[in-house]
Amino acid sequence: MSGTIEGRVVRLGDDVNTDNILPGPYLNLTDPAELGEHLLETYDTEIAARVQPGDVLVAGLNFGMGSSREQAQVALQARGVAAIVAAGFARIFLRNCINVGLPAIESPQASAALRDGQTVRIDQAAGLIECEGHSWQVPPQPPFLEELIGAGGLVPWVRRQLRDDTSRRTGR
Amino acid sequence: MPTGLTMAQKILGSHGVEDVVPGAFGRAAVDLVLVNEVSGSLALREFAKMGAERVFDPAKIALVADHFVPAKDAISAELVATLRRFARDQEIEQYWEVGATQEAGIEHTLLAEVGLIAPGEFIPGGDSHTCTYGAFGAFGTGMGSTDIAAAMALGEVWVRVPESIQVTYEGVPGPYVTGKDLILAYIRSAGVSGATYASLEFGGAAVRGLSVDERMALCNMAVEAGAKTGFVAADEVTLEWLEGRVEGRDVSRFDADPDAEYAARVSLDLDGMGPLVACPPSPGNVTDVAELEPVHVDQVYVGNCANGTLTDLRQLAQMLEGRTVAPGTRLIVVPATQAIKRQALREGIIDTVLEAGGMVSAPTCGACFGGHMGIIAKDEVALATTNRNFRGRMGHHESHVYLANAYVAGAAAVSGEIIDPAQVLGR
Repeated sequence: MSGTIEGRVVRLGDDVNTDNILPGPYLNLTDPAELGEHLLETYDTEIAARVQPGDVLVAGLNFGMGSSREQAQVALQARGVAAIVAAGFARIFLRNCINVGLPAIESPQASAALRDGQTVRIDQAAGLIECEGHSWQVPPQPPFLEELIGAGGLVPWVRRQLRDDTSRRTGR
Repeated sequence: MPTGLTMAQKILGSHGVEDVVPGAFGRAAVDLVLVNEVSGSLALREFAKMGAERVFDPAKIALVADHFVPAKDAISAELVATLRRFARDQEIEQYWEVGATQEAGIEHTLLAEVGLIAPGEFIPGGDSHTCTYGAFGAFGTGMGSTDIAAAMALGEVWVRVPESIQVTYEGVPGPYVTGKDLILAYIRSAGVSGATYASLEFGGAAVRGLSVDERMALCNMAVEAGAKTGFVAADEVTLEWLEGRVEGRDVSRFDADPDAEYAARVSLDLDGMGPLVACPPSPGNVTDVAELEPVHVDQVYVGNCANGTLTDLRQLAQMLEGRTVAPGTRLIVVPATQAIKRQALREGIIDTVLEAGGMVSAPTCGACFGGHMGIIAKDEVALATTNRNFRGRMGHHESHVYLANAYVAGAAAVSGEIIDPAQVLGR
């Protein structure tokens, strides 16, 4: 992981499900900007309206529970969400974030402390979350995930894999 | 000292994962990859971005148009058309779409029915309820579109070996209790994140006594507790059902080793338990139907990948026989596949539903996820045999969904309220 993210905290609760991140009726949309318009629509319309590019969503436990829909990540990225900090993530949602290169950082301590509207700084290389003089250390990712995240996500990782396979086959 | 292995460890180990210690990462070879028109809409785009030209093996891809079919509108039609073109271009014969192919329906019920799921197989799918395949002792697990694109390109996916939780059901439940209630009982005890990233292994006499249909209902909602998958070890019931469906494939039975290591062992007592209901807005908000204050329902929906099987339709028909849908309530029945619908027609179940005043649709994921075919209005209440009741799941964000089995659905249809089926049929 590398890079530093600094953004305004948008505070969410526990068990935010993917239906509330991107509701089912919009799953026939494919345009990222259109998907982005419906981000968090059934969670809370007031919060949905004030998500700005560069914001950091801070949630409680089990963020992203439910459906495997990656349209949720597309909508988050289309609205410019810079990172998600949560006390915990649901399995498929976390995989999807890793795969598409959307920083998803598990930190129960930071999640408990961070408040709506604060400015949070995330130093990915150092594994550090900082806000108003407080800081929280994030344990490093397992080496495999480090590699995947470092590659920029699963698309570049597979592209490299396919290229390597081709050059092995053709001897070039 | 080497210890025994869980079902998840055995299957991942036999699919190329070298280190099967829980928490280890590896790459697992897939036996089948499931894609629908919704996960496909992004997956096909990512597949192209990966520089992939051909799928790793056309015989190991299953494409099912099921969420917005028959196409709800022009943009939905485009998603289906995209999937159909991909099938043609990649020479994938395993493509199903209601109205276009003789067999068709909701992906998980359909793939099992056409014999694509066998014990010991590893099957990632672009749908969170892919865990349904655990009913056959297969490792089905839901993944997002980019994972599915990678699986189609490489024939493998990255995995983290899960911890396992053994769930044993003890005792004998009361009448009108089904596989649905067994999983609701587990989610009531574990909560919606109690099994996050874990693999569940369901056992006990009550599970052994379940039909394949009810085992699918049980494993389907493993993800509602956060699990990666949920298994029932294959037994005589499984093998009998698989006979003639998976010819020429290895269907050898296997179970976890007796000395396998579990992160937790959970025992649930079913003695005397009646049907359960998950109240809005969470599948974890479970209570006994008998203890619920009477709730008027505007709509009863029987269908979806959890409970749209022939067993569910028979249970529903038992409740409807000689009765009519209550005034102020509507009944929507969605058989999960065309084959189920045909059999329901032969058995007179469709007639029973129509005579009662209900409607029967083509197989589709439909209103379960708020797509189409039975969307509910502001302040309306639905009782559904589906698997999720999040805010706005079936329609307006100020509508409410209760989840229960098909007996409870039938009782709600004829009474207009969520009541114990025993109040309609007696004990």
